[in-house]
Amino acid sequence: MCHQTVSLVARHLEENGIPTVVIGSAKDIVEYTAVARFVFTDFPLGNPAGLPWQTEMQKAIVAQALDLLEGATAPQTTVVAPFQWNGDPGWRAVYNRVTPENAEYLRQKGEARRRMMLAKKPLKE
Amino acid sequence: MDDPGQPVGYMERTRLYYRALGYKADYQWAHNADAPFARLAKPLAEARIALLTTASPLDGSNKDAKGWRHVWSAPVDQAPEGLDTSDLAWDRETTHTDDRESFLPLHAAAALAKAGRFAGLTARFHGVPTEYSIRKTLAQDAPEALARLREDGADAAILCAI
Repeated sequence: MCHQTVSLVARHLEENGIPTVVIGSAKDIVEYTAVARFVFTDFPLGNPAGLPWQTEMQKAIVAQALDLLEGATAPQTTVVAPFQWNGDPGWRAVYNRVTPENAEYLRQKGEARRRMMLAKKPLKE
Repeated sequence: MDDPGQPVGYMERTRLYYRALGYKADYQWAHNADAPFARLAKPLAEARIALLTTASPLDGSNKDAKGWRHVWSAPVDQAPEGLDTSDLAWDRETTHTDDRESFLPLHAAAALAKAGRFAGLTARFHGVPTEYSIRKTLAQDAPEALARLREDGADAAILCAI
């Protein structure tokens, strides 16, 4: 959901004359929302700007965003950062997975969440 | 099933996950066929750039009495090394957010500014709250972020999505 929020804000800034670059790891969401410029980092969600503690990689990703800011000639330009996740190669299957084993746990989690949101009373829109 | 080696399909993954949580209606993602496009009004070497994150300050000062998050800002030169990502959806099983630079690269950007790639960061970085409500983001948070960037004299922005 962060990727959608950030993409919507980027679009608003662009509409008002401020050029933007989104850096993120959920390619489908950013491209579905549609932004001007996007650096896609193909990592697990959480570290869009580079793997933890890898300062040279983080600098290279920001540099790529700056190149895109300067060089993109049309909206919806996506570039892919030339880095891979260095941990478990099976990471893509992990996030928010639904299995027969966790189905009941997830159902209960959803119920608790709905109770909490009711108590919180959403903002009027 | 996602193809190994291909980007994860997060919209479909999220759809299945929320169905498993018991939500009856699928979330309707914001969709646009095209995107607005602004160009830098000055050379990059002269541009001030704002960084934006979806994380929160550790003291929770971006939350109101009901716990709703709002746009927040903090000085870049006093940026805390840690930020709160506990309310956000990210892959806790695979990684961590202990290194702030991995999601809000202020040091990396400052180093590139020092090397002359751009003029510098704006005095503040900004936080925008992740919301399910597209309408709230568009009506409240995006205009608030724009106002703060204008106040700071930002010529461009880099937004990092956690």
